[in-house]
Parts: sequence; C-alpha cells; structure tokens
Amino acid sequence: MSAVLNASHTPPPPAAPLHQVSPGLWQLAWRRLKRDKVGIVSLVVVIFFLLMMVGSYTGLVAKNWSKEVGVSYANPSFMAGAENLEAVRTKADANAPKIEPVDLSDIDPLAPRYAEWAERTAKIKTTEVKRAESLAFGGDKWGRDVLQKAIKGAETSIFVGLFAALFATIIGTTLGAISGYMGGKVGDLLEWFYNIFTSIPYILLILAFAAVFASSPQLAAYKGVPMVVAILAFTGWTGIYRLVRSEYIKHASREYVKAAQAIGASDSRRMFVHILPNVSHVCLVQLSQHVVQFIKAEVILSYLGLGVPVDSVSWGTMLAEAQSELVIGKWWQLAAAGISMAILVTAFSMLTDSLRDALDPKIK
Amino acid sequence: MGAYVLRRLWQMIPTLAGVMLLIFVLFNWVGGDPSLVLAGKITNKEQIENIKKQLGVDQPAYVQLGYFAFEVATGFTCTWKSFTDKPEPPKTDPKADPTTDAKSDAVKATAQTKSGCQAVRSWATNEEVPKILTTRIVPTLTIMIPVLILETILGVILAIGVAYVRGSLTDRMIMMVCTVAMSVSFLVYIIVAQYIFGFQLGWFPVQGWSDSFWKNITYYAPLPIMLAVFVGLAPALRLYRSFFLDEINNDYVRTARAKGVSEKTVMMKHVLRNAMIPILTNIGIALPGIFVGSFLLETFFSIPGLGREILVAVNRSDFPVIKAATVYLAMVTMIINLLVDVLYKAVDPRVTFK
Repeated sequence: MSAVLNASHTPPPPAAPLHQVSPGLWQLAWRRLKRDKVGIVSLVVVIFFLLMMVGSYTGLVAKNWSKEVGVSYANPSFMAGAENLEAVRTKADANAPKIEPVDLSDIDPLAPRYAEWAERTAKIKTTEVKRAESLAFGGDKWGRDVLQKAIKGAETSIFVGLFAALFATIIGTTLGAISGYMGGKVGDLLEWFYNIFTSIPYILLILAFAAVFASSPQLAAYKGVPMVVAILAFTGWTGIYRLVRSEYIKHASREYVKAAQAIGASDSRRMFVHILPNVSHVCLVQLSQHVVQFIKAEVILSYLGLGVPVDSVSWGTMLAEAQSELVIGKWWQLAAAGISMAILVTAFSMLTDSLRDALDPKIK
Repeated sequence: MGAYVLRRLWQMIPTLAGVMLLIFVLFNWVGGDPSLVLAGKITNKEQIENIKKQLGVDQPAYVQLGYFAFEVATGFTCTWKSFTDKPEPPKTDPKADPTTDAKSDAVKATAQTKSGCQAVRSWATNEEVPKILTTRIVPTLTIMIPVLILETILGVILAIGVAYVRGSLTDRMIMMVCTVAMSVSFLVYIIVAQYIFGFQLGWFPVQGWSDSFWKNITYYAPLPIMLAVFVGLAPALRLYRSFFLDEINNDYVRTARAKGVSEKTVMMKHVLRNAMIPILTNIGIALPGIFVGSFLLETFFSIPGLGREILVAVNRSDFPVIKAATVYLAMVTMIINLLVDVLYKAVDPRVTFK
C-alpha cells in the first residue's frame, strides 16, 4: 500500500501506460499473419488484383478494352514476326478491288434520292484506325488487346466472386445465427430449409436457379452480373450456415452471453453484438474460401452462356472464345485468361489457409 | 437398425416435400408464367389460353401443386389431366343394347386408363421426360463410375505415399503443385487436353459417342475419364493426406511403433484402416454427384449424358426436364446418404444407430 502511495508521488515514466492493453484477436491474428511469408505474399497478390479491379472499374486501366486496336489475331509483341494468316486474309479482303456497282438508276424507284444519300455519306467522317501488327499479349479475332481484356475480365470475375461470397456469407451467417441461437421450432424450420437445399446436387441447384432466373420476366432487368451474383449467393450459403450454426450453439450457453442476458441485453443484441464478433473469424475464412469457389463457378457459368452478357467480358467468356482460337494456333487469349485466373485463385486459396492459421491458434 | 432406417425414411418425407415446394415455387412463380415460357413468341391470346388450360396454370396454386405431386408420384409417367380427363365419349347410340353395357363399360374403363395416362413431355422436343432421364443416365454413369473408382484408388495410394514422407521436400513440392493445379479452371484443362490429345496427337477421338457400351468405354470414354481423374486428383490428394496426418499423430500409432511394428505395417494396417472412415464419408458426399455427371465434360465431348441434357434444357427453358431431374436427383441423394450412413456400421464398429 505504501509503495503505491509512494509511487503516486513520483511522476510516472511518460511512455509506460497505466495498464497493459492486451492485444485483441484481430491484432494477434495480424501479428501471426505478418510472420507467415506465404500469407503476406498472397495478400500482396490479392491486393494487387483488387486494386486492378478498382482501377479498371473507374477507368484508370483497360479503359479501351473494347477498341479494335490491332489486326485480327495480332501477335503478341514477343513473337511479332510470326506468321498471321488471319490478319493477311482480312487485309486482303479489305484491299480487294471494289467491284463497280451495277447502275440501276433507270429502274430503281429510289434513284431520285441518290444525291441526298451521297451528300449524307460525305458528312460522315470515317477514321481509318491504324491497326497494330502486334499487341503486348496479342489480340483476339476483332483485334482487341487480350491483356486489356484479361484485366477487364478480372474485374467482372472478381466482382462477381466477392459480392456473391459477401451475400452468401450474410445469408448463411444470419440464418445460422438465428437457427443456432434460437433453436426450437425456428431452428427446426431453418434446418428443414437447409436440408432441402443440400439434398439437391449443387450443380443442379445452380442450373435450376439459372434457368428460372433467366426466363423470369420480372428479373429481366437484372440480367448479367447481378443475376449471377444472386444465383451463386442463393445456392451457396449452406456451408456457411452449417458452420455458423454450430458456433452459435456453442456460444449461446457461455458465461459471457449469460452475463449479457443478466444485464438485460435483448436476444438480437446478444446474437449480433455479443456473439457475432466472437465467431466473425469463422465468417471471414468462409468468405475468403467462397470467393475462390464463386470465381471458379462464375467462369464456368459465363463460359456456358448463363453468366455475364455477351457485350461484357469475363474470364469465362474469354475461355469460350479461346476454345476455337486454339484450333488455329492462337493460344494467347487462353493463356491470358487461364494464367491470370490461376494466379489469383492460388493466391486467394493460400491467403485463406494463412488466415485460418492466423485466426485460429488452436489449429496445428 | 430396422427402426433407424425406418425413421430416416420417415424424415425424408418433409425434406422431399420441401424440395418439391421449392421447385414448384421457383418454376411456377419466379420463372414467370409457364404458359408464356412455353408459348414463346406466340401472341395469339386464344392459343395462350389453351396452353394455360393444358398446363393447368389456370387453376389455383394448391391445385397446381397437387398436379405436380401427382406427376412426381407416378414418376412423371402420368399427368393428372390425362389421368382424369375422360376421352371423347364414343359415338354410340345411348339406347343401344342394355345387356352389353356393363361389360363394355369395363372394357372402356381399362382402355381409358391405358390410353388416358400420358407421360409428361419435354417442351422442346416433346420427348417423354421419364424416357429422357433413363436413357441419358447410362452414358453419365459410363463416365462417372470409372472416374470415382480410379480417383479414389489413386488418391488413397498417392496420399499414403505423401503422408509417409510428410514434411519432406517431396511432400511440400507435391502439395504446392496440387494447390496450383487446383487453381487452374477445369475449362482450361479440358480445352487444352482436347486440343493436344485430340487434335494434335490424335491419340483419342475429339468427341463422340456410340450405341455400343464396349466401344464407348474403350474408344470415346478414356480421355474424358482421364481428364476428370486428373483434375479430381489434386483436391483428393490434399484432403486424404490430411486424413492420414490426423491419424498418424494418434496414440495408437505411437504404441504400434513402440512395440516394434515396422513403419510400413503401421501405415498400411493401422493408419490406413482408420483413415478410411473419413475417406468413405468423403466418397459418400461425392457419390450423388456421379448421377449428375460432369456437364462440362459431356458438353465438350458430346456425350449424350444427363448433365448435358440438363444444360440443354436450361438453355431452352425446358422446365419439365429440369424439374424432373431435380426432384429425382434429390431423392437419389437422400437415399445414397442413408445407405452411406448404414454402411458406416460395417466399416466402423464404434458407430451406433441412434
């Protein structure tokens, strides 16, 4: 006691805080993640892709992906000298001597308007674009830059993956929280719901939703990206629900929740203010895992023509074009879409593993 | 055990009812008016009314749900309309010979049920739905059963090998390769393999299917099967390796080593047998999937299987086919899950049925 009193007379050292702040779960996890080299590298790669997505969304990069800047199937610049029969052919077609149209003016009832048309035609300026012989990573059939297409495609695919995973996590977490915390009749009802969704094979469920959503007149306005996000989110929440539910069952009877009840916290407050932060690491790992899964699913759906519309580009639509291109030896579009997707997915799965390790020290 | 199976079967009823309800809600409400989907570009009001009547969508929802339940119960071989609709009354004089009436009525009744029962038909091809499902399932299983067997055997053998050298450079390299291999889209594998082995090298046919089972399995199926096995191997290897590693750290393994059992026997006898339980669970989860098949493989290699049929149906908005396939595959899934749970008992004597 006297020591404390004495100490109070001497001024405390300026840097030392009065009480030790113990680091929270997220701080500890961040420290563990920082030590994990693989985790940090994958985090950097993922952040790079996300920045690229934001960049292409705001038009900073790959703004001109739909411009036809090169010749048909322009070679990649590292093999610029290679033969390009398709480009030669299209050029030959364009340069072919124009056959003089047969003069029909004596029988054509529209002949009096020829002059008017000619005048109008003269007004329209056609700018002949100088088409490049080779592009950074080659061009597609219409001479669009494959590299820019891959970046734009990444934007679509990552966007779909992120938002579908986000919505699936929200659905799964909410239902899982209610089911696990409430139990009883409500829990049974949600379990029934879960059983229905899991008894239908996953692929079939996706296809059934895709078929229905695509033919629905009310949803016609949301065709494309929003619809793919909805399909993936409505079918993909079950795994998250299962995990979150079991966590909530575990937590619902813990002392801290009982204490919260004792001081008068309402059910929803206990569920989402007290328990949720304690299970949020499970949700985060699941979110990350589902992003990977949904990016893969989006690519396949878009390939099958059930995903994004034809006027936009995703890795899936690129692969769909690449299939026929490969037969004539144009491999770069396949490589661009395949490799960029492989890099992102590898990085994301490794990041997921590192996150799981960092957030759950009990594992190992 | 009998009681357990009975109870599980009993529990399937609400789930199955839920599946039917989900499909009904999806296809009859969310999907828009079925008659408009079927009618397509027809604008003739009268024709649409006719189609509505034929599909029964002019009835209240619960009646339509009843129609659907009846179709499911009869295996889509009989629509409620065709079951109850009396065919046109025969043009006989009502004041005909009364003595033959009873007999002819009976004859008529049997004739009615025979001719009256009409199977649900595809909207796109007018083919009978039950026939579509039963004929398309054969090619799918021709591909998927060998895939499942090969993948399991190869996965277990490789995983036990990798688990044996756990922590070594080989182990880490293989796991790295698996992670990278898993992140390449299945589409890329199919496109590249079909190009290299089909177009360039010509070792396998690029695509196709025949009526003879032997020709299919020896000529058309090998490339798709090998592709599916190759792609499925990486995740299986990773998963099975983790199952083995979970077992290796157990006390019984240490005891076996302590009493002088060789490492090989420990792995092949003690660890393998115990790791088989989670592996079988995993196969049980994958099993229902073989009935859907890989629709990507079937599309690329033009295999007339169920997966491709469903995909075509989705593209054509051919609802009856999708509805039937979904309901039946859900049933198959539930039954397989029950079988797997029962089979556990055979593998693991510790399991008791509650």
